[in-house]
Amino acid sequence: MQELVNRAKELLADGTVARVLGWKAGDLPYNPEPAYFETAEELDDFVYNGFCGANLSKYMIEASKLEGKTMVCLKPCDTYSFNQLIKEHRVDRDKAYIVGAGCKGKLDIEKIKKKGIKGIELIEGAELTDEADTLTIQTIYGNKTVAYADVMLERCHVCKGKEHMVYDELIGDSKETKDAERFDRVAEIEAMSPEEKFAFFQKELSKCIRCNACRNVCPACSCRKCVFDSTKFDSSQKANVDSFEEKMFHIIRAFHVAGRCTDCGECSRVCPQGIPLHLFNRKFIKDIDELYGEYQAGADTTSKAPLTNYTFEDAEPSIVGKRG
Amino acid sequence: MQRIGVFVCHCGSNIAATVDVNKVAEMALMEPGVVHAEDYQYMCSEAGQAKIAAAIHEKNLTGMVVCSCSPRMHEATFRKAAERAGLNPYMVEIANIREHCSWIHKDMEEATKKAVILMRAAVAKVNLSAPLQPGESRVTKRALVIGGGIAGIQTALDIADAGYEVDIVEKTPSIGGRMSQLDKTFPTLDCSACILTPKMVEASAHEKINIYTYSEVEKVSGFVGDFTVDIRKKARSVDMDKCTGCGVCQEKCPSKKAPSEFNRGLNTRSAIYTPFAQAIPNVPVIDREACIKFKTGKCGVCSKVCQAGAIDYEQKDEIVTEKYGAIVVATGFDTINLDKYDEYAYSQSKDVITSLELERVMNAAGPTHGHLERLSDGKAPKEIVFIQCVGSRCADDRGKPYCSKICCMYTAKHAMLIRDKYPDVNVTVFYIDVRTPGKNFDEFYRRAVEQYGVNYIKGQVGKVIPQPDGKLLVQGSDLLDNKQILKEADMVVLATAIEPNPDVRKIATMLTASIDTNNFLTEAHAKLRPVESPTAGIFLSGVCQGPKDIPETVAQAGAAAVKAIGLLAKDKLLTNPCTAQADILLCNGCSTCENVCPYGAITYEDKEVNDHGIRETRRIAVVNSALCQGCGACTVACPSGAMDLQGFSNRQIIAEVDAICR
Repeated sequence: MQELVNRAKELLADGTVARVLGWKAGDLPYNPEPAYFETAEELDDFVYNGFCGANLSKYMIEASKLEGKTMVCLKPCDTYSFNQLIKEHRVDRDKAYIVGAGCKGKLDIEKIKKKGIKGIELIEGAELTDEADTLTIQTIYGNKTVAYADVMLERCHVCKGKEHMVYDELIGDSKETKDAERFDRVAEIEAMSPEEKFAFFQKELSKCIRCNACRNVCPACSCRKCVFDSTKFDSSQKANVDSFEEKMFHIIRAFHVAGRCTDCGECSRVCPQGIPLHLFNRKFIKDIDELYGEYQAGADTTSKAPLTNYTFEDAEPSIVGKRG
Repeated sequence: MQRIGVFVCHCGSNIAATVDVNKVAEMALMEPGVVHAEDYQYMCSEAGQAKIAAAIHEKNLTGMVVCSCSPRMHEATFRKAAERAGLNPYMVEIANIREHCSWIHKDMEEATKKAVILMRAAVAKVNLSAPLQPGESRVTKRALVIGGGIAGIQTALDIADAGYEVDIVEKTPSIGGRMSQLDKTFPTLDCSACILTPKMVEASAHEKINIYTYSEVEKVSGFVGDFTVDIRKKARSVDMDKCTGCGVCQEKCPSKKAPSEFNRGLNTRSAIYTPFAQAIPNVPVIDREACIKFKTGKCGVCSKVCQAGAIDYEQKDEIVTEKYGAIVVATGFDTINLDKYDEYAYSQSKDVITSLELERVMNAAGPTHGHLERLSDGKAPKEIVFIQCVGSRCADDRGKPYCSKICCMYTAKHAMLIRDKYPDVNVTVFYIDVRTPGKNFDEFYRRAVEQYGVNYIKGQVGKVIPQPDGKLLVQGSDLLDNKQILKEADMVVLATAIEPNPDVRKIATMLTASIDTNNFLTEAHAKLRPVESPTAGIFLSGVCQGPKDIPETVAQAGAAAVKAIGLLAKDKLLTNPCTAQADILLCNGCSTCENVCPYGAITYEDKEVNDHGIRETRRIAVVNSALCQGCGACTVACPSGAMDLQGFSNRQIIAEVDAICR
């Protein structure tokens, strides 16, 4: 972390960047939040640890409109989102000074709490530089320990890799954390009967409170005006009159980001209701991989996306239809 | 608020027998905006159109709905009628209560209910419609013909004779197509080459015709009147200007093992070759797969013997870009692959051949120099069995459901020619039906039976079993005698089903022309517009549209030419005003619409935007309405809903769905 802060101070001092986009501590030991820093003094609040899951790519849409460059700290998986935003002309690469921050997997506070660990006062072992693979958690009930890997975010178990797709410089080492297959859960759901599938999504989506957190955090949901906010369509800000509304919101959102979603997992991370929203997107990714060949959105800024590109080898619509 | 008139057509009894048309008109009056509703026996008739005009005047209509047949049938009729009465033609909507309703339902109550729903949807749409004005686009006075067989040649000649430039693009090294492979043609038995070659020469000598052989269409953009086409001229490795066509290179070429495409692989050709003696152009190509020089770097014999210095091993594929007003597809056919019909032992015996292969065997320029002989041992056959409908009229998915149409006649021709030249050879034909409609066709078939003694047996063959002595045991049934037949034959000829040239899928995709489940190109109307594709500016010639023989192909080729000429004769075309537009406040500038636009109609501009007081420069999609064809791909791809299609706006479509679900 100190390395990041030192470099940020240098870049501010020599005028390379006008501001730094990173994270600062929140009111609890496990909720750091995205923040801008414009002076060396402000940078004293800078934090970077296992709880800095937030993907800062989307903030660069607004930062691109500001005067001067912004130093932005991106984890390997965040860089896919940044590339995708470049491709969609939503961020200006020249306005960003990308520091590829090392990552050894990000932590899921909900998983820690589920282990019965409450009243947390301090968490040790979450720093990138910490060697130990356990977290030591001081609580008002005494110290607890938990294996780092046991409380990682779901997305880190299916990590896309420790390489940064786009950066100006790298700070800190990254670690491969993948220990599960990305599409296993999707395959399980695919194997369900239509009734079981419906019941599954009914159960999950009925928890939705339409807080829009998933949409607001999603780097692919970068429309200036979301169709759900636009008065041009009859879908804006509808009251929760029936449970179907929520399903449509999530299904339409999944369609809108299909082929553009990099599977950064932010939607599921921020959902206050713990809905596994990433499963919708991953189903699309799995289908795209199987029908049109493997494709990772955001792996580069130039390739043609399968859903907005036609080739003679494309799967016939009848085949797409049969798969269901 | 609109003032909408609803006109319900009886279409004689076509609609009125199944739909309570009175009820539909009555219900229409209860819809918002509807101020007039009536039904009439034939809305499309002069009297019906007069009723429409009268209502427009009397009731000051601002929009109208005609509940009638498909818009593909009479939308233009009603739009014109409305325009004559002073109403903007784009304020007319058709509710298709015939094809979508009366024709497919039997129960009157149910059908009426559905007709009312369709009417409601159309009314809901008109309530949100706005008058639109078409623009104008130019017509490039040049036609492209894809395929240089008899269909393509005839179309090109007819268009060129009318005074327009025509380019023919032919995939193989020579024009001529399938017809050049035929020996004799029914029903007159004249030699195919004798009647085709003069046409080929005429096409090649015509000052208005330009022929690209050994070339393929690579990319098509644009629209009716203004297509831009990239043609890939494959490297011939021979300079067309220098070559004199002397043929020495082919004689001296040491690589002679490539299967001859022209002779259906029954013999071989050299690596540098012209497909057949009368080829046009008479310039060989080097088959780089077979050429020793290209494979090993050593050889170069052709280059050494060529007096003209025409051999060019360095030649590269060349892309020619040309503009056209009209495109005619004449891609023809091939015989189906027989892998799924192994009961006929095609893959097991050289003496089981397709009819097209028999054409080559009987042709003087063929692998046997025109002698009828078994390809396995060169012996003269004494007993020949023809099997009809191999892969045609097939109930399962091994073959084709359709009748290939030409087989009955060419089999009669083959049988007759064999009996005529070799009277000692017995000829037996196994058939399901003999289908010989056509001028002088049935007479021709009867001659084969009555005059030439060809033995026709009604029944199918179950199996052909190659015997150790080289004979073929044919097991079939005789349905008229109700008995099983076991027959020894020396040769078996399969009347193999024909299918559209496999390349047609790719071409249809480039042209956005629709194809049916059998890969035949679809016509705009099966009866009334048989040579036009539903895609404007695309015309159909020959077997690419459906199985047909030479006389029919030539007739259709002429018809396609006339349609193309009719288009090329116009100086300007009215463009479709139903084009897309981007809402600048909603556009993200993300390029998704640009990526999906098949017409290259979308570009981006940095525009100053005032978004509720926030002034900023944004990247905004701009639609070139001259290029936009209104396909709507952008409107569904746009994540923010910024793209909208005039005349088919998102709001209109949602309103239609809402009206249906009400």
